[in-house]
Amino acid sequence: MNDQRPDPDELLARVERDKAKARRGRLKIFFGAAAGVGKTFAMLQAAHERRGENLDVVIGLVETHGRKETLALIEGLEILPTRKIEYKGKQLEEFDLDAALKRHPSIILVDELAHSNIPGTRHPKRWQDIQEILDAGIDVYTAVNVQHLESLNDAIDQISGIKVRETVPDTVFEGADEIELIDLPPNELLLRLKEGKVYVPQQAKEAANHFFRQGNLIALRELALRQTANRVDAQMLDYREDNAIQEVWQVGERIMVCIGPNGLAERLVRAGKRLAASLRADWIVAYVETPELQRLSSIKRDAVLRVLRLAEQLGAETVTLSAPNMSNAIIRYAQERNINKIVVGKPSRRGWKRWVLGSVVDVLISHAHNINIYLLGSPRNDAEDGLEVTSALKKAPLPGLKQQTPSRIRKRYIGYLWAFVVTGFSTLIAWLMFMKLELANLVMVYLLGVVFVATRFGRGPSVLASVLGVGLLDFLFVQPYFSFSVTDSEYLLTMIVMLIVGLVISNLMANVRSQAKVAFVRERRAAVLYTMSKDLASSQTEQEIVRIAVKHLHSEFGSRNVILFPNPIGRIVYPNQNDIIESYHGADLSVAQWVFEHNETAGQGTHTLPGAEAVYFPIHDGDRVLGVLALLPINLRRIFLPEQQKLLETLLRQIGQALLRIRISEQTKSTQMQIEAERLRNSLLSAISHDLRTPLATIVGSASTLLEDNVHLKPEDKLDLSRAILDEAERMSNLINNILDMARLDAGVIKLNKQWHPVEEIVGTVLTSLQKHLIGRKVNVEIPPGIPLIYADAVLIEQVLINLIENALRYTPTGTNIDINVETLQQQVKIAVADYGPGIPQGQEKHLFEKFYQANKEGAQSGVGLGLTICRAIVEAHGGSIGVHNKPEGGAVFTFNLPNDQPPPELEES
Amino acid sequence: MTTLTPVVVIIEDDPPIRRFLRTGLRTQDFTIYEAATGKQGIIEAEVRKPDLIILDLGLPDMDGVDVINAIRAWSTVPIIILSARSNEQNKIDALDAGADDYLTKPFGFGELLARIRVALRHSTQTGAATNPEVFTNGDLTIDLHNRVVTIAGEDVHLTPIQYRLLTVLIKHPGKVLTHQQILKEVWGPSYQENAHYLRIYMSQLRQKLEANPTQPKYLLTESGVGYRFKA
Repeated sequence: MNDQRPDPDELLARVERDKAKARRGRLKIFFGAAAGVGKTFAMLQAAHERRGENLDVVIGLVETHGRKETLALIEGLEILPTRKIEYKGKQLEEFDLDAALKRHPSIILVDELAHSNIPGTRHPKRWQDIQEILDAGIDVYTAVNVQHLESLNDAIDQISGIKVRETVPDTVFEGADEIELIDLPPNELLLRLKEGKVYVPQQAKEAANHFFRQGNLIALRELALRQTANRVDAQMLDYREDNAIQEVWQVGERIMVCIGPNGLAERLVRAGKRLAASLRADWIVAYVETPELQRLSSIKRDAVLRVLRLAEQLGAETVTLSAPNMSNAIIRYAQERNINKIVVGKPSRRGWKRWVLGSVVDVLISHAHNINIYLLGSPRNDAEDGLEVTSALKKAPLPGLKQQTPSRIRKRYIGYLWAFVVTGFSTLIAWLMFMKLELANLVMVYLLGVVFVATRFGRGPSVLASVLGVGLLDFLFVQPYFSFSVTDSEYLLTMIVMLIVGLVISNLMANVRSQAKVAFVRERRAAVLYTMSKDLASSQTEQEIVRIAVKHLHSEFGSRNVILFPNPIGRIVYPNQNDIIESYHGADLSVAQWVFEHNETAGQGTHTLPGAEAVYFPIHDGDRVLGVLALLPINLRRIFLPEQQKLLETLLRQIGQALLRIRISEQTKSTQMQIEAERLRNSLLSAISHDLRTPLATIVGSASTLLEDNVHLKPEDKLDLSRAILDEAERMSNLINNILDMARLDAGVIKLNKQWHPVEEIVGTVLTSLQKHLIGRKVNVEIPPGIPLIYADAVLIEQVLINLIENALRYTPTGTNIDINVETLQQQVKIAVADYGPGIPQGQEKHLFEKFYQANKEGAQSGVGLGLTICRAIVEAHGGSIGVHNKPEGGAVFTFNLPNDQPPPELEES
Repeated sequence: MTTLTPVVVIIEDDPPIRRFLRTGLRTQDFTIYEAATGKQGIIEAEVRKPDLIILDLGLPDMDGVDVINAIRAWSTVPIIILSARSNEQNKIDALDAGADDYLTKPFGFGELLARIRVALRHSTQTGAATNPEVFTNGDLTIDLHNRVVTIAGEDVHLTPIQYRLLTVLIKHPGKVLTHQQILKEVWGPSYQENAHYLRIYMSQLRQKLEANPTQPKYLLTESGVGYRFKA
């Protein structure tokens, strides 16, 4: 044994475990055999010690039952107020989980780990409250008695005859960081009971007396001690692993418990749990659903479902296998998962049936070579095919599961009716052919009927048809007629063969039918997945994904659904738009918020907030929760059946992936937009700096020349320089005006001051203000009479015209004309500015109105290229449109339309 | 002595603009007094008894309109306001408060001088208090006594409202009149909201009086503010 180093994977797992534990709070359980041993007392003492170490200790909830010693210990500790809840007209007190989370002490005391909460609180069980506190990083002290441990539930029942309702999953107990056993010999406990020091509720006195018998107490004490010893043992093993002591090294034990739809299932699970615990092994509970088992009534299937849930609570991994042959499926799965121990029930078939039809156990034993098989016997008087589930499980309700629908019962009933009808019809045909044909051929006629019934109505009716057929054949066609007695032994053989053939056909057909049904269901499921993933793949927006998801979930589960997303500060909010028919209104946002924060399912049919109307599922992309699906089921079974649950999980994963894809593409888009904005800003800066510096250079140069050399300059030179300064300053002023206008239009601060204006006045104002620039140009204005007033902001429309005319001046040779035409179109006034220049280069018509675009970048004409953009912004703000085209004979025409859809005001002549 | 060198008070907070106004106006034989704030400006206006006030609307200490109101409380001295661009409502408020004219920054010195001359002439005319019976401007002649309007000797027929509008405009030649001011004088105080009336009648008037209504010679539009009869 040179290699003493621990397995690296194991080490890693331990580091992970330690890390998880460091974040989580530590759980300490004060563990006892029965009430009255002094758990609460010990817990309070420990609390005082911690307080003495200056830790922040708070009592979340402690039951003192009025005992003086205990009461005395509460003194000096902070007590969290309980939550008062109205339930069935009574005021009840309950541990206040939210207050505890808000107060966030370092240690909190919460008594009675196994307590069941009043309906309406967040979790149905107190241990779930405690899990949440631990998750928040708070240490918890709590107390529990041995009879509340889930895996010991049936053992306790056997010992004491008392069924304990409030149980704690073993995982909680095993997950505890520290267990302190509070032990008291039974004699002393009985003494304390006599002295009245043990709290016993008044109404349960008799049961309590029955419970507190010496024999019971000894047995319970033994269980408690053994449980603690097991734990110590496990700790010892951990210690050895930690310290690389490898002498006892058990390689990955893995146990598989196979359950069927019978009363043994629950016991198998508990036995599996105990075996797994003692071997410190992983364990899997498997249920194989064969076509036969799919025909089971929904009540029985629900029972199986409950057992699987129990197994999960006990810490098992559960799996539902779907296969035509049970033993093959078990062996294949066992080999896949490296299982080395299988726990099954004793074969249910006995005697000749086991020999003829075989048994799952026999096949397992002969085929699974490396696997140990553990058989569990059925106790006492369980029926051979005991389909009943123990009463305790029956009482654990699975809300929303409904009984079989009457229509299905009616359908089956009709099948039997048809068996009679078809057999009657066969008899009629046989009767017609009786004289001509041999008996063997009549048998064929009946068998044909059996085949027909089997294909259409399944096993039951076809078995009926076989039996009826044999009976009728005997009665009507076999001598002596009209009697069931048979004279010829040959006929007897015929009839026996006929019966067997009929039954075999029934069975075969039934299997074919159910396999076809299974295949159909699978295909449908695959189709659902396919169509949804196809739809999701082509979706472009979150809205679309939501719509697709809601629709598909509705068609698959019949549920009303809504997908809720968090707002930027992480609070789940209602969606803005809600125009889908299948959407669910009135989701509980607080439940959704919990689901979003904890990444766990909650709501109806779950452990958390089961009082909610809907079921809430987190939608995540693998590590982050993106949203929450609230699903209002019409029938919970359709969601919680294992295969359905798997389908739902797959659908949710797909939705999550689609959402992730959209998020990523949105991010990319916004990055692109940022890049675009950046590019724009850069081009603006370079354009502005160029266009501002050029005139500044002239101004500074001219002005400094005037200053420096006042003597030698001729008067006309001075004039020239001064004019240059003025021109360039005006150019700069225009540019700055444009930039400011653009900024104001972009920011949306411009409010249109719309009034009624004659077009010619606007044109006139523009021409007057441009007078200086229009020298040497001829402007032809054509405004036909009868042009209506336009409803517009005159100052802005003037700006449009000024920009268009300046544009024409800039890009056309001096001396060419400019035409301004106004015409009315239907509901529009069209104003066109045409020039006689070179026109717009092909393909640039659209870009001209973009920011900082200049048709001729290298040209001497300056201007940042904002003029036309401003025009477009103004015209569009008026609800109009602007465009440009070249005249066939040359020259560009800028045209803008303004809406003229309001009647101008009446003019009263006075 | 004031008749020889008109006194101008400049109320403007920006020193470079004050310097350029001072330098420019001194070459034109004006006596200049400066104020950098509204309060100081009002005092200067009282003390210096100016012939004209140039007032910047964007003063640091008080609203330009309040300055106008304060001065108008005791004086009819012409006030020319300076304002930033794209702030029509500010100009209208100032004009309605009693300012005579406005200039938008940046403005040329020639422009300023022209406005100052119109304002000064107008104030001396109203000082003389006698409106001429016959008003002539280029081809346009208006005989106020006989209510006859002619262009190049040809009679122009005007409706009563058109005539009234024209007379309101020529009463203040060269001066900007806001829409409100004109509406009030022609139609009365209850028509303040109906600026389109004014535009329509102005348009009709141009059709009758102007050779080219889109390039008017007499009836000028002050964009977003009002109208001015070219002096």
